[in-house]
Amino acid sequence: MATYRDVAIVLRTHKLGETDRIVTMLTRGRGKARAVAKGVRRTKSRFGSRLEPGMLVDLQCYEGRSLDTVTQAEMIAPYGDRISRDYSAYTCAAAMLETADRISEEHEPVVQQFNLLAGGLSALAHREHDSGMILDSYLLRAVAIAGWAPSFTDCAGCGAHGPHRAFNLASGGAVCSACRTPGSAAPRPETFVLLAGLLTGDWPVVEASEEPVRREADGLVAAYVQWHLERGVRSLRLIDHTPSTPLPPHEVFARTSLGTSRGPRLPPHEVFARTSAGTSRGPRLPPHEVFARTSLGTSRGPRLGA
Amino acid sequence: MYEGVVQDLIDELGRLPGVGPKSAQRIAFHLLQADPADVRRLTEVLTVVREKVRFCETCFNVAEAQQCRICLDPRRDVRLLCVVEEPKDIVAMERTREFHGRYHVLGGAISPIDGIGPDDLKITELVRRLGAEPVDEVILATNPNLNGEATATYLSRLLRSMGITVSRLASGLPVGGDLEYADEVTLGRAFEGRRVVDA
Repeated sequence: MATYRDVAIVLRTHKLGETDRIVTMLTRGRGKARAVAKGVRRTKSRFGSRLEPGMLVDLQCYEGRSLDTVTQAEMIAPYGDRISRDYSAYTCAAAMLETADRISEEHEPVVQQFNLLAGGLSALAHREHDSGMILDSYLLRAVAIAGWAPSFTDCAGCGAHGPHRAFNLASGGAVCSACRTPGSAAPRPETFVLLAGLLTGDWPVVEASEEPVRREADGLVAAYVQWHLERGVRSLRLIDHTPSTPLPPHEVFARTSLGTSRGPRLPPHEVFARTSAGTSRGPRLPPHEVFARTSLGTSRGPRLGA
Repeated sequence: MYEGVVQDLIDELGRLPGVGPKSAQRIAFHLLQADPADVRRLTEVLTVVREKVRFCETCFNVAEAQQCRICLDPRRDVRLLCVVEEPKDIVAMERTREFHGRYHVLGGAISPIDGIGPDDLKITELVRRLGAEPVDEVILATNPNLNGEATATYLSRLLRSMGITVSRLASGLPVGGDLEYADEVTLGRAFEGRRVVDA
């Protein structure tokens, strides 16, 4: 039977039988995959803890007709374990994992989505920024890669240079007074600045924003993502906005690099700092470029209103 | 496909957790060939269990009266409260014979991806209970997985403000296992929770 090895992020798990689990994961080379992990619910399981949601693992599986089977799992970075110690980070991670699950298709490689998710989880695990802002930045960039990149400066309808005052979900972001349709929102100018900062990973701008502006951006991002995914993201309803407690000093230095036997070293905290414009089939960009700027080109077609 | 009531029985058995169509068929034919007295006893137990068994009004464990036998037991230490996800976790804890306090069953764990938040669990009831009972320590015994850990994190944040000692079950190496096969998360937690050897 054919076996394969890949780096994967566990998105979610389902119980199967007495001691098994079905693991849904986003792999670097094969897109979304589902595999049976046998015996992982036993307390003596050798890789049960590695196959928890949010974990970055190096997997070996053999292919099955409908489901693959995990034969080996090695830990690369235990993001899930660290994130679960901070409740607000946990709720944000759940929303990221659910969105990644919805946005990716089985057996369709999505390297950019994989790198973005790894970077986002790393940023949450290391508490680099406010959890809610990391989530919003992830959501905007994930939908941008999937083909629904918003525009927060130029008009999403006609391309007229901004800044503009109105925001329309269906049009794809900021709209000029000529393109504005009934039902458009009128956020503060600072909210547009923050949203643009979240989309491009401009963290100094994000950090400088104030709480009311963040709340407004938060609502717009959630609405934008769910409108384009054409269904609700259940985890977004349960996001906890309590500020995270600082990481203990001994954990600040415990960062894990993403070096694997198959790929280059990807410092995930740098991956989330910048976004790449590469595609899943295109050349691999240096990791520090991956989160630099989000391109508007996508594998699913041009962005709306572009 | 079988005819009439036999197929109905196979269909009903197949709806039980962990029972596939083949197993359902095997159980159905076992029941058809079994002693009628055995089958009658099984049906009586199924009827009684559905009619009599309910959830304890205090701790939400399964009970045959308004309160379960643990909540009614005066020998139990009321200052210790162990919080678990499911009633079956109480059975596992009781097997240890190490714990003599009382329990509180949450009815699951927080799982945003499944739409389960704190309001969907018996957390309000727990807080109300802590206000009414002389509890000194709450032991969080949720499952050692992502959802269980996050639920414990949420509860510890909530309960610490009430001035109650909150502890978490230790995670570590299974007795009888080899160190070399331990995964890094478990081993890391074993290091975190290491204790001074007195002897």
